[in-house]
Amino acid sequence: MRGGWFKVYALVYLVFLYAPIILLPMFAFNDATVIAFPLSGFSTKWFAALVDDPLLRDAVRNSLIIAVTTAILSTTLAVFAARASTRYRFPGKAGLMGLIMLPLVLPEIIVAVSLLSILLMAGIELSILTVILGHVLICTPFCIAILSSAFQSLDRSLEEAAYDLGETPFSTFRLIILPLVMPGIISSLLISFTISLDEFIIAFFLAGTQATLPVYILSQFRFPQAVPAIMALGTILVCLSILLLGIAEFFRRRGLARSGAKDTGGFL
Amino acid sequence: MTSGGVLRRTGRSEAATGLAMISPTATYAILLLAAPLALIFIVSFLTDGYLEIIRTFTFANYIEAWTNELYRVVMVRSLLVALSVTAVTVLLAFPVAYFVSFHVDPSRKSLWLFLITIPFWTSYLIRVFLWKVILGYNGVVNSSLLGLGIISEPLQWINYNVGAVVVTLAHAYAPFAILPIFVALEKIDRSLLEAGQDLGESRVMTFLRVTLPLAMPGVVAAVLIVFIPIIGDFVTPQLVGGPEGRMVANLIQLQYLKLDNYPLGSAIAVSAMAIVTLVSLLFLYLNRRYLRGPGS
Repeated sequence: MRGGWFKVYALVYLVFLYAPIILLPMFAFNDATVIAFPLSGFSTKWFAALVDDPLLRDAVRNSLIIAVTTAILSTTLAVFAARASTRYRFPGKAGLMGLIMLPLVLPEIIVAVSLLSILLMAGIELSILTVILGHVLICTPFCIAILSSAFQSLDRSLEEAAYDLGETPFSTFRLIILPLVMPGIISSLLISFTISLDEFIIAFFLAGTQATLPVYILSQFRFPQAVPAIMALGTILVCLSILLLGIAEFFRRRGLARSGAKDTGGFL
Repeated sequence: MTSGGVLRRTGRSEAATGLAMISPTATYAILLLAAPLALIFIVSFLTDGYLEIIRTFTFANYIEAWTNELYRVVMVRSLLVALSVTAVTVLLAFPVAYFVSFHVDPSRKSLWLFLITIPFWTSYLIRVFLWKVILGYNGVVNSSLLGLGIISEPLQWINYNVGAVVVTLAHAYAPFAILPIFVALEKIDRSLLEAGQDLGESRVMTFLRVTLPLAMPGVVAAVLIVFIPIIGDFVTPQLVGGPEGRMVANLIQLQYLKLDNYPLGSAIAVSAMAIVTLVSLLFLYLNRRYLRGPGS
C-alpha cells in the first residue's frame, strides 16, 4: 500500500494531538477530586458546581463582552485592510501591512508588556476595555488572512458592471461586494471570537481586577479541589469551540464554492 | 483592464483610495503596536526609581540583563528550549504534512486539515494542564506503565522539567508547523517528481533533491512561526516546567508585575527579541545557502 507507513504515523500523530482532549471529559465526569487514574465512578456534580460559582459567572461575562467586541472590531478593521491590500496599489503598502500583520509572529508577552507600559503611562486604568484593545491587535491579522482570500477571489468585472450601471462606490460595496464576502466575514467573526475567548497572556497583563475566563482558570489550578470543576468547564469549552469552528468551516467552504475558488485548506 | 473606470468616477487616485481605506487599521496598529514597541525600547534605556521611572539615559539595564548569572542562565535555557521545540515540532510535523499532501485523496484533505487544527482551538491553559496530568508523577503515563508492570516506580524524568515543556509546546504549536509545510508541498508540480525518477534517481534522492528544496519555503515559515512565539510563552514553563523550566517570559513577567521594574523588564524583553531576530536571520541565511546547492 502506497503511503502505508505515513498513514500509520499520521494516525499516531493524531492520537498525540487529541490525547489531552480525550482525557478531558473522562476527568470531568469522574467522581473523584484527584485528577488521576483509575477513574472511580460517573458523576455530573462538577458541572453542577460550575453553576453556582459567582467568580466564574463574572469571568464568563467579562470574557463574552471582550470576545464579542473584539470579534466585531477586528473584523471591521480587517475588512478595510484586506480590501485595501487586495484591491489597490499605494505607497508604503508592504510596510503598513507588515506592521498590521506583525502580531502574528510577535511573542504575545511583548505585545502585552508594551501595551501595559503605554497604558499606564497614559494614565488609563486597566479594565475590560484595555483587554479589548490588545485582543483586537492580535485578532486582526487572523481576520485579514481569512478576508484576503475572500476578497482575492472576487471577480472584478462584477464591480465594474455595477459602476457601469450607475452605482456609487458605497452602494457597489454594499450590494455586490459585501454579500460575496459575507461567508468570509462570518468565519472571521467566529475565529476572532474563539481566539479572544481563549487568549490568556494579554488578558493576564491588561485585565486589572476584572478576570477573564482563562485568567480565572489559571487561578483555579492553584487549588487541587477546584480542578475537577475546571475539567468540566474545559469539556464545555471544547464542545463550544468545535461547534463554532464547524460553523466557521461551513461558511468558509460555502464562500469558496460561491466564488468558484479552489479549496486550499484550513484557516491559518 | 485595471481600475480605470472606477477611478474616473471617484475622481481620486488609486494610491489615495488605497491609503484612505487602510488608514483605520494602520492608525490602530501605529498607535497600539508601533508606539508601544518604541516606548519599551526607550524605557529600556531609562533608570528605575522607586514607583517611578527616572528619565536619565543608562545602559545599566542591559548590563544587568546580560551579565547577571540568573538572567543569563534563563535566557540561554529559553533559547535552547525554543530551538529544540522548533526542531521537534517541525520534524514531527513534516511527515504528516507530506502524508496529507501526497497520499490523501484530494476530497478528504480538508477533513484532515480540520482534524489537525481542532485541538489547537481548544483552551490552551487546559491543554497545558492536561499534559501535566499525562506526564506527572502519578500521571497517565506513569500509572499505565506501572499498571502494565513495565516499570516498578514512577518515571521522574518526564515531569516538571524542560522535557515536559518541550512535549507540551510541540503539541501546542503542531498546526502552525503542519499548515505552512502542507501549503508548500501542495504547490509542487507532481510531474517534477516523476521526471526525477525517470532520470534514474531513487525515491530518497528525488525527495532530497526535488521535494525538500521545493518544500523549503514552507519549512522556513513553519520554523519561524513556531520559534518566535515560544520565547514569549510563560504559562507552559510555569505549569509543567517546575523550577528548572523557567523561561525568559517568566522573567519579564516577574520584572513587570511583581518587582515593578519596567526598565529592566523592557531591557530583557528587547534583548530577547534581538536574540530571536538574530537567530531567525541566521536561519534564513543558512537556508538560502542550502537552496543554492553545494559548490556554488
